[in-house]
Amino acid sequence: MRLFLHQLKTEQLVYWRSREAAVFTFIFPLLLFVLLGSVYSGHIYGVPASQALLAALLGYGCAMVAFAGLAITLVLRREQAILKRLRATPLPPVTYVASLLTSTLIVFALETVALFLLGRAVFGTPFPARVGSVALLIVLGAVCFAAMGVGLSGLVRSGEGSSAVVNLIVLPMAFLTGAFGPTHHYPRFLRAIGDVLPLKYLVDLSNAVYLHKLSFWSQGTAIGVLLAWGAAGVVVAAFKFRWEPREA
Amino acid sequence: MTAISVRGLRKSYGALEAVRGVDFEIEEGEVFGLLGPNGAGKTTTVEILEGYRKRDGGEVTVLGHNPEHPGRDFRERIGVVLQQAQLWPTLTVRETHAVFAGYYAKPRDVDEVVELVGLADKRDARVKTLSGGQKRRLDLGVALVGDPDLVFLDEPTTGFDPAARRAAWEMIRSLRSLGKTVLLTTHYLDEAEQLADRVAVLREGRIVRIGTPRELTTGDREVEIRYRRNGEEILLRTAEPTRVLHELTTDAVARGEELERLEVRRPTLEDVYLALVQEDAE
Repeated sequence: MRLFLHQLKTEQLVYWRSREAAVFTFIFPLLLFVLLGSVYSGHIYGVPASQALLAALLGYGCAMVAFAGLAITLVLRREQAILKRLRATPLPPVTYVASLLTSTLIVFALETVALFLLGRAVFGTPFPARVGSVALLIVLGAVCFAAMGVGLSGLVRSGEGSSAVVNLIVLPMAFLTGAFGPTHHYPRFLRAIGDVLPLKYLVDLSNAVYLHKLSFWSQGTAIGVLLAWGAAGVVVAAFKFRWEPREA
Repeated sequence: MTAISVRGLRKSYGALEAVRGVDFEIEEGEVFGLLGPNGAGKTTTVEILEGYRKRDGGEVTVLGHNPEHPGRDFRERIGVVLQQAQLWPTLTVRETHAVFAGYYAKPRDVDEVVELVGLADKRDARVKTLSGGQKRRLDLGVALVGDPDLVFLDEPTTGFDPAARRAAWEMIRSLRSLGKTVLLTTHYLDEAEQLADRVAVLREGRIVRIGTPRELTTGDREVEIRYRRNGEEILLRTAEPTRVLHELTTDAVARGEELERLEVRRPTLEDVYLALVQEDAE
């Protein structure tokens, strides 16, 4: 427990200290919220556009923090042999992974709070009616996307290429799944692609819980699909995750 | 007490036999050098001892543990400087030491270690602002902050300028005075000679010579005799220079000739080492 808290503190320090990563994963969704919120007007899904965008960007924030940010961090640390170096210390690998995931969860939770505060301040969006359901959504989203992020880190070979590869996945995914705004006017085949991607189900869940004030537990399909994607991430991670740089 | 014992160690990567039956023992408090050219199997050997790699064959004991199953207790007692590891670029020197200190049950005082590795004036500098030599000192400090009994140094001065190398040597010498056991790999002969109590020369996965630096260079060394005859350089190698030289000079005196540019030379440490690592296998 002492080691877990020590490493959690270290992860938080490293995350907030490396300004580029923090800006890229944490500030970017907030910035996008303000920009899109200023562009879209009227109603989406029968609610004010700013509220619908908030729900959608909650999903995007999760994809940035837990999936993109975590995958890039892990690839860089692996290629810089930081992971290899840590393995020579008494810090158990399980404790390391647990503190990294918890740290990611904390960042995403803060991101969510920041989105709601920003929405309230700039667009007058309401705070969520079902706080417990939003909390569950944060945990489920962070865990599933983090699992996929760890899996993805095992598939990316080089540190230099990692942010390009990750963006190539996250940006189209966000576009196709409604994390940048509604997709009902997209061509059918684009929507069909979006329908199999995990972010679609996190955005659905976010819409249900925040916009329609439904209980988290009423969204069985979304929860099931997200867990399945998370499990797939765990399986890939189990086979592909490496502690050492890929040289030789 | 024996700190490290290695018997018949073998390791292959696919068809490449990196380590082909290596034996050595390191006593507690000893500074032991593994010397050899790139690709001789130094890093593979050290990474097996550190617990990073599984061996294919042989017996290995490190501080009484089998490093193939490295437990917490083993990790508490070793310090590692890897060849090319980086640390978090945005943390400061002191923060980095404190992070690593937190992994150990009984760490040394952080400021003391920062001081020991000569980074006291850089304690609040970000890691990314350090020079190459300073980064290696940070690696060493981080390896020492857990107060290990055994320190592994994999090519600690590769890429250093001469001044930085001397500073690093001083620091490694100070480890000896702290009573640490040190296993050092290097491809610099002078480094092994300067630092190690004993040296094993590794070539193509085998130990070709083991002993104190002095023993390595005073073994069966042949002396070179050179001179010129009719403008042509003649080189003789002999283990009996007195007899050969006597015959040579007797002949020359009898013929009334001068042995032009006569020179008798003992091979330097460098020559011995190069001969060891360049001999054709078998």
